Amino acid sequence: MRIVPLLKNSIVYIILLLVTLPIILLYTLLFLQSISVNLNGVIPNGFTLDHWSILSTGNIRVPGTTTQYYPNLYLVASNTFILAVIIAFTEVVLSSLAGYALSRYKFAGRSQILTLTLILHAFPGITLLIALFYVLNALGLYNSLIGVVIVKVALDLPLGIWIMKGFFDGIPWDIEMSALVDGCSRLGAWWRVIMPNVRNGLMAVLIFGFLSGWSEFIYVLTFIASQDYWTFSMFVYALTTGEYSYINPGITATVAIIYMIPVIIFFLFAQKYLLRIQIAGKSTV
Amino acid sequence: MRFSPKKFFVSNSFTRKLHKGYLYVFLLPSLGFIVVFFLIPVILTFLIGLTKMDYSFRWDWIGLGNYIYILRDKWAYKILGNTLFYVFTTLAFFNVGMALFISIATTHINDKIGSIFRSIWLLPRITPSTVYALLWLWAARGEANSLFNWLTSIFGLHPIDWKLTYPWLLVILVNGFVGTSFGMIIFTAALKSIPEDYIRAAKVDGASTLQIIRYVELPLIKWPLLFVTAYQTLSLLTSYEYILLVTDGGPGLYTTEVWALYSYHLAFAQYGGIVKFGYGAALATILVIIGLIMSVIYWKVFRFRELMVEPKIEV
Repeated sequence: MRIVPLLKNSIVYIILLLVTLPIILLYTLLFLQSISVNLNGVIPNGFTLDHWSILSTGNIRVPGTTTQYYPNLYLVASNTFILAVIIAFTEVVLSSLAGYALSRYKFAGRSQILTLTLILHAFPGITLLIALFYVLNALGLYNSLIGVVIVKVALDLPLGIWIMKGFFDGIPWDIEMSALVDGCSRLGAWWRVIMPNVRNGLMAVLIFGFLSGWSEFIYVLTFIASQDYWTFSMFVYALTTGEYSYINPGITATVAIIYMIPVIIFFLFAQKYLLRIQIAGKSTV
Repeated sequence: MRFSPKKFFVSNSFTRKLHKGYLYVFLLPSLGFIVVFFLIPVILTFLIGLTKMDYSFRWDWIGLGNYIYILRDKWAYKILGNTLFYVFTTLAFFNVGMALFISIATTHINDKIGSIFRSIWLLPRITPSTVYALLWLWAARGEANSLFNWLTSIFGLHPIDWKLTYPWLLVILVNGFVGTSFGMIIFTAALKSIPEDYIRAAKVDGASTLQIIRYVELPLIKWPLLFVTAYQTLSLLTSYEYILLVTDGGPGLYTTEVWALYSYHLAFAQYGGIVKFGYGAALATILVIIGLIMSVIYWKVFRFRELMVEPKIEV
């Protein structure tokens, strides 16, 4: 057995572990915080499930007051879920329609539209916040979840279209052709023959849209004024930095973990899609 | 001979079916969204930047007044310096540096263990920003039992409030640990696509692992390196979400404020409720212009045009 390569390898492992350790510790801490009375570094002083009792009513009380400073957890959860689901489905439908057109049709302006979506997909939408605020206000969509949905969909679409176009490009034309010959309409062929073949792409866009909506913070912070429309991101933000942020880190940790559930599920079971999302359209260099 | 369906099928009803009837059904919904909520806002940002609009949404045109004011704004210079420091440091140490290290290291060890490490690095990216920021804020707290202080106490150091003492360190760590994954994924994909023969040939010639990395692998991922650098420069330049969450530009006046956050603060979080949409939009316009120029550069330099091949069939 050669010693030198073994030694070299273990040095690599140790350095890798050291630089990765902060991430491991941070997430361990979050979990421990939610089930312990108090934490000393990463060592819990006594375990408890008290923090999880907020699940029973969903109300978080500030000790010593009777006023309800925070909206109900279940209201926040359903707002977040509705927002994420609508965003995800709208993005899947719109981007698969447009992706198909750009992949299969030849028409005047096609290359211009492609260039435009490509440029926009690299473009940071966040810089448009003030103008978006103006537009939403003019349309009467300020302080509504629909406003956030529309803005998110518009800014995410160029990426979604590119993911879907890539998948459509990979489907042989012959499949579609045979459907058309057998008497399908163009729309029918798209729906019955092509769509089932791009399931992976649809999943990627769906997960991307869901996570993008589920995690959204800045647009909710800026475009939502009323607590009735708060999503988890605002809730955690308020628990972290708000007036009563000191109430109980255990409860904050519990809310944060509940917020993380879909993220963890996708992380454990759908990583190939997540990787695809990260590099979609950018993987061609 | 190229397969040409037009010549192949002469049936009239068939070619009609292929025609553009449904094109607009497919295309218009997306285009509508993009035009109204993406393209028009780009133009509006330019226009609002030429006014002194406030919460009353009145268009009080002042021409280039805001841009002249930027030159006289004493904070603008400090914030510009902050921005350059932040972008350069995060990019060098994490978005490119750490990403390169992780992808090279994890592709040179056992593949399973390597991919576990890469998965862990993906976690910050998909964690909601508010939760992720919360984790760091807790770790950096001033109490003796916070993670950072607990770790440094092992070396006999006194507890400090990390956010107040080293705000930049915190800002760069928070952004860096998120930013690494993008480069990591692209570099790893590029490294894995290097043909095995090249590595084997170098080994036969007696090259050490370090020499293989330096003289075979790095030159072969030159393009991805350049791409990640360019792409992440733009994204760091315009992103402020994590800074907003962690320090909100503080502690004190504009200590960790960056350009994009300054624009946000002017428009949405001014002390005393003075809303400066106009000035904020002018600051944002500069970022929009940089964003547009860089997006066009990617398109030209990184041969995105190759993605635009014509459809396989002529309809």
